[in-house]
Amino acid sequence: MNTISLSRRTLIRGSALLLASTALPPVAFGQSGGRLVVAADSEPRNLNPAIVASNGVFFIASKVIEPLAEASFDGEGGLAPRLAIAWEGSDDGLSATFKLREGVKWHDGQPFTSADVAFSALQVWKPLQNLGRLVFANLEAVDTPDDHTAVFRFARPTPFQLVRNALPVVSSVVAKHIYEGEADIAASTANLVGTGPFRFAEHRPGEYYRLERNPDYWGEGEPKLDEIIFRVLPDRAAAAGALEAGEIQLAAFSQVPLTDLDRISKVPGIEVYSKGYEALTYQLAVEINHRRAELANVKVRQAIAHAIDRDFVVRTIFLGYAETATGIVPKNAPEFYNGDVPAYPFDVDKANALLDEAGYPRQDGGTRFRLRLLPAPYFTETRQFGDYLRQALAAVGIDATVVNNDAAAHQKAVYTDHEFDLAVAPTVFRGDPAISTTILVRSGTPAGVPFSNQGGYENKDIDALIDKAGETVDTKQRTELYKQLQVLVAQDLPIINVADWGFITVASSQVKNVSNNPRWAVSNWADTELES
Amino acid sequence: MNRALRLLRRRLVSSIPVLLIVIVGSFFLLELAPGDAADAYLLSIGGGDPALVQALRQSYGLEGSALSRLWLYLTSLVRLDLGWSVIFNRPISGLILERLPNTLWLMGSAVALSFTVGSALGIVAGSKPGSWRDRMLSTGSLALYAVPSFWLGLVLIVVFSVQLRWFPTAGIETIASGRHGLARARDIAWHLALPVAALGLIYLALFLRMMRTGMAEAWRQDYALAARARGLGHRRIAVFHIARNALLPLVTMLGLQAASMLGGSVVIESVFAIPGFGRLAQEAVAGRDAPLLTGIILVSAVLVILVNLAVDMAYALLDPRVGANEVAA
Repeated sequence: MNTISLSRRTLIRGSALLLASTALPPVAFGQSGGRLVVAADSEPRNLNPAIVASNGVFFIASKVIEPLAEASFDGEGGLAPRLAIAWEGSDDGLSATFKLREGVKWHDGQPFTSADVAFSALQVWKPLQNLGRLVFANLEAVDTPDDHTAVFRFARPTPFQLVRNALPVVSSVVAKHIYEGEADIAASTANLVGTGPFRFAEHRPGEYYRLERNPDYWGEGEPKLDEIIFRVLPDRAAAAGALEAGEIQLAAFSQVPLTDLDRISKVPGIEVYSKGYEALTYQLAVEINHRRAELANVKVRQAIAHAIDRDFVVRTIFLGYAETATGIVPKNAPEFYNGDVPAYPFDVDKANALLDEAGYPRQDGGTRFRLRLLPAPYFTETRQFGDYLRQALAAVGIDATVVNNDAAAHQKAVYTDHEFDLAVAPTVFRGDPAISTTILVRSGTPAGVPFSNQGGYENKDIDALIDKAGETVDTKQRTELYKQLQVLVAQDLPIINVADWGFITVASSQVKNVSNNPRWAVSNWADTELES
Repeated sequence: MNRALRLLRRRLVSSIPVLLIVIVGSFFLLELAPGDAADAYLLSIGGGDPALVQALRQSYGLEGSALSRLWLYLTSLVRLDLGWSVIFNRPISGLILERLPNTLWLMGSAVALSFTVGSALGIVAGSKPGSWRDRMLSTGSLALYAVPSFWLGLVLIVVFSVQLRWFPTAGIETIASGRHGLARARDIAWHLALPVAALGLIYLALFLRMMRTGMAEAWRQDYALAARARGLGHRRIAVFHIARNALLPLVTMLGLQAASMLGGSVVIESVFAIPGFGRLAQEAVAGRDAPLLTGIILVSAVLVILVNLAVDMAYALLDPRVGANEVAA
């Protein structure tokens, strides 16, 4: 008896709720305005993009603090103006001139001037920012002839191609009047004040970030949204559920797992975007510890490259949302990409032959040698590829033991203690090889630096080429040097690149202008709209 | 009453060495884990150069030896200062005070749910051991117990949030709702319904099984026979004679479960995106924030000690035999 009355009650309650839901008004009216709720999977420790140039920070902070220029699909040189409207490098590579936008105001009402750019460059980007320290290493002074011109002066030639390519990532401008006089800018707890389309309103730790519309934004008719909420959802499966239930309208950076995409793309009112990550390409790479005698042999490295079925990896692990890689520069960086390099097609027989040639025949059990394989734990795909690689190596007689660590332990084992033979890394191509790519193959980086050559690899030719490109000011010559570098790396395989991938954005079809630039998720969303 | 108070004092004094062991133990456990706070942070920002690595390590106070850092921590603890969190760049006491209530609500409600529903169903099952009702309840509760909590949580989300849309999928309250007082409490209760169910239903089986077994045993006791001989009704014997005696071990269980639920909340809080204590602990481990983790474990240990103390006191009040020896000794 009891059970029947219970089900009747729930039935009545259910139908009442259904009725009520039809009476509820739609969330947003009209063409613009409204609140966009976005899934966020982490809360960065320091949200200042001028200090921490990372995607986790940009995802939230890029709406508040703007760079000098943003990446663009159709802009000149792949850039669209933001706080700068024009830029030019001198032929000697010793200066770069930026014309700044006029009539821009900080969120607290103060005018934005070249003094802010000079302060950001000299006091923040160069000394404090993880990537700016490298790009602006030789920055000596910033002249401000007037309020809207900033001239960067370099002590040694700095290729303008590098500066230009790095602009979207390294040039987030902060207000001089906010940080001037702070003893330790990196430890500052001042709220974010920027010039962007949204103002930083509130952070409830563990719950959400709230950004609100900046009514004085310089972009005409922008921003379109009234409010953006970044809702902290640490569990990926739960993020998909929240999207389906309509509690959030957007999940970027593949926060909805690839395995859920097939199902969720069939849900009415939900769109899946694979565009919008072209300028933040992640690379699936096998890092090699060249201190191991077997791995110091180029034939063994070539055999490993032949043992990997890149098409299978793209198809099975990335479900097609990736491209096979030929080297350290991804295909969607056409300015630098060189496809004319030695290739290692999937060929188990050839891999076996190479290993025999190298002097590592199969022992009684069919095993040639054993090694430790450490997949990076940050992505499902890197862990899955670790499992695949173990099987692929077994097929050619190499017995790999997979060692799983959490993030901090992986960093210590691979990049500090070198307690690995092979590691799987998600490296990032950031628009120019000099920013975070050459460090993967050049020698001389001390232990403890993640995503750098910690495998003890040293090749004088490669080092010389990288150093030469670093001081070559001429864009054409510099590009040519990086094309040569790709050939050298593909020949000697200090690192084996397997696939290049971007992320997936899943959004309600109410959200308009999604994925309309190559760094969309980490751009300012001034033109993003919610339709009712 | 005097007996209970003396018991309380004895237990409080004996818990001090327990806490000290907990602090030193957790500090060194995290010390043994490879990688430190600087490693964890560097990875989260995608790398940096050697000078940056050095600067980070210095600013996080990771330069000295583990022993000197432990000493620093203990001396500040004596001044009731829990220290500074490296990963949040905030005082730890504030962080814990902010997160603790959410977890206490979650755990308290889940314990209440599993205890009341579990023991009530246990009475139903135990009033006639071996009956079809008993078998159904026993099997059903065991099946629930075997289910991992994150899976149950996700299933509840799919059914009640995504399909039926009765409850929200995640969070502790509606975002930026501006609600106050009773309306806010109702909102929080609405958000906690699914996580409490996910956590509580799993532990329900323990109480059910314990109650049932206790009752099944009690039926064979002489007093049950005596009650029956006096001509009392079956239901009256089951509830007032059998169940009452079988309830005592459940009180002990309550204290033990409170500790294991604190562990279970780590998972549930992640699935339901509740900014609680368990998730804070997970973030502290991932970020290798030793002072924060030690603070969390310390507060958890105090919680567990207090809950068990309350259980002991309740037990002493319920059963005059308990604690008599201990106090006399």
